[in-house]
Amino acid sequence: MIERALARLARIIAGASVRFTVPLDPPERQRVYFGNHTSHLDFVLIWSALPAEARARTRPVAGADYWMRGRVRRYLATHVFHAVVIERGAHAAPATARHSVETIAAAMGDDASIIVFPEGTRSPDGSLLPFRSGLYHLCQRKPGLELIPVYLDNLARILPKGEVLPVPLLSRVTFGAPQRMETDEGKREFLTRMRDALATLREG
Amino acid sequence: MPPLPTSMTLQLNPILARLMLGVVALLVLGTIVGAVLATRATSKPARATVANLNARIRAWWVMVAVFAVAVATGGVGSIVLFAAMSFLALREFMTLTPTSRADHGVLFWAFFIFAPIQYVLVWMQWYGLFAILIPVYAFVTIPGRMALAGDTTRFLERTATVQWGLLACVYCVSYAPALLMLVVPGYAGGRTGLLFYLVLIAQLNDVLQYTFGKLLGKRPIAPTVSPNKTWEGFIGGTVTTVVIGTALWWATPFPPLVAAAMSLVITIMGFAGGLTMSAIKRDRGVKDYGTLIEGHGGVLDRVDSLLFAAPVYFHLIRFFYVP
Repeated sequence: MIERALARLARIIAGASVRFTVPLDPPERQRVYFGNHTSHLDFVLIWSALPAEARARTRPVAGADYWMRGRVRRYLATHVFHAVVIERGAHAAPATARHSVETIAAAMGDDASIIVFPEGTRSPDGSLLPFRSGLYHLCQRKPGLELIPVYLDNLARILPKGEVLPVPLLSRVTFGAPQRMETDEGKREFLTRMRDALATLREG
Repeated sequence: MPPLPTSMTLQLNPILARLMLGVVALLVLGTIVGAVLATRATSKPARATVANLNARIRAWWVMVAVFAVAVATGGVGSIVLFAAMSFLALREFMTLTPTSRADHGVLFWAFFIFAPIQYVLVWMQWYGLFAILIPVYAFVTIPGRMALAGDTTRFLERTATVQWGLLACVYCVSYAPALLMLVVPGYAGGRTGLLFYLVLIAQLNDVLQYTFGKLLGKRPIAPTVSPNKTWEGFIGGTVTTVVIGTALWWATPFPPLVAAAMSLVITIMGFAGGLTMSAIKRDRGVKDYGTLIEGHGGVLDRVDSLLFAAPVYFHLIRFFYVP
């Protein structure tokens, strides 16, 4: 019930209109939803925009440094969103990064989907940062995984990095066409292709 | 100033009841015409136009129902309705206009301090502060706060944007429920009668200009701003609206000639408001401010004709009719 109320609240705060350029078919398939990251509202918004069948089996991947701090955040992360918590970015040594991919793969099992932000951190001005390699390693670990780019428009203005109070502007969530890693696709090539798939959603 | 009645029982005085009946009759007529047109339209563009027309009529039923309930609650309902419309309109406006990261603070003020206080003042019937809150207090506090935030890029443009949004979406819109403050001696329409007449004439004018424009429209008035606003639509709509507005003089505190003048002012200010908001939309490269009302666009697309009409209508009545 908290989940449903939160999903509602997030959509109201962010005045979100949701658009699927290709319908999620079937909605419950195991997927990786990857989005651009500008705001703490991002994963809640993607999560709330999903159809209920898909939402029930989707877990966000969250940075431990933010989401494990403080009681409320920790409760939300573990009990409401069932987040997969990882050490991230600058805090994590290469060994930890590999460990994170294992953690995510284990958490996904055979049926859970995840929400990730491959930029690794919130972009300060809304521009798309370079992707980190986690997405690539995950696809190698789980071949044939379906990836959906999700572009979040205007969230950077609603709750920008460094602000606590949101301003209720309107936003848009656009789900793109499903992507897959090609066999023998190189790391850089794959990550660039995924980043472009996300960037093209900005225009429409 | 006698306080606003706060009873939550629904009531319409005889004048409002008759106006309401007329509006419902118009909607029934519109729905029938829409249904007939739907069976006759054959070409693809004609079908799209009729589909949009019918979507608009369906939305009108909902809007009229909401407005009727708001008016019937004797004041508080109207204030809540217009406060909500201001909030949504401001949201649509600020979404479309470019602001910078440094403006976050003043945007928060606009939504959560100035807009709510403005409507609390309407509710308190505190005219003195209502009339100056945004033109004076918002005007003198917003630029300083923005300068403190430190970003000087396009500073004047950004300050102007936030202030313009507040003035148009909050200050101007709040003049409609502020009509509840005006007590005209000897007028039987009550506090909500003046509000009802304003909204009726302004929206009727929109509908009639749209209708004449679709039927006869050829020469656009300002082709670079809005190709749909034509001289034929403007003249046909204005003349018809003024005729209806004059015929409804019994629902106002005005004699027939003054009712004609008032409707003319509402139609012209309504047209000016619509054209101005179109110019902003055109500059930002969009057709509508939002998608909330099916067939109409956003809230701001629907209230644009009230923006300039409401304050002028308010002050004319206050000057000439309120002792």
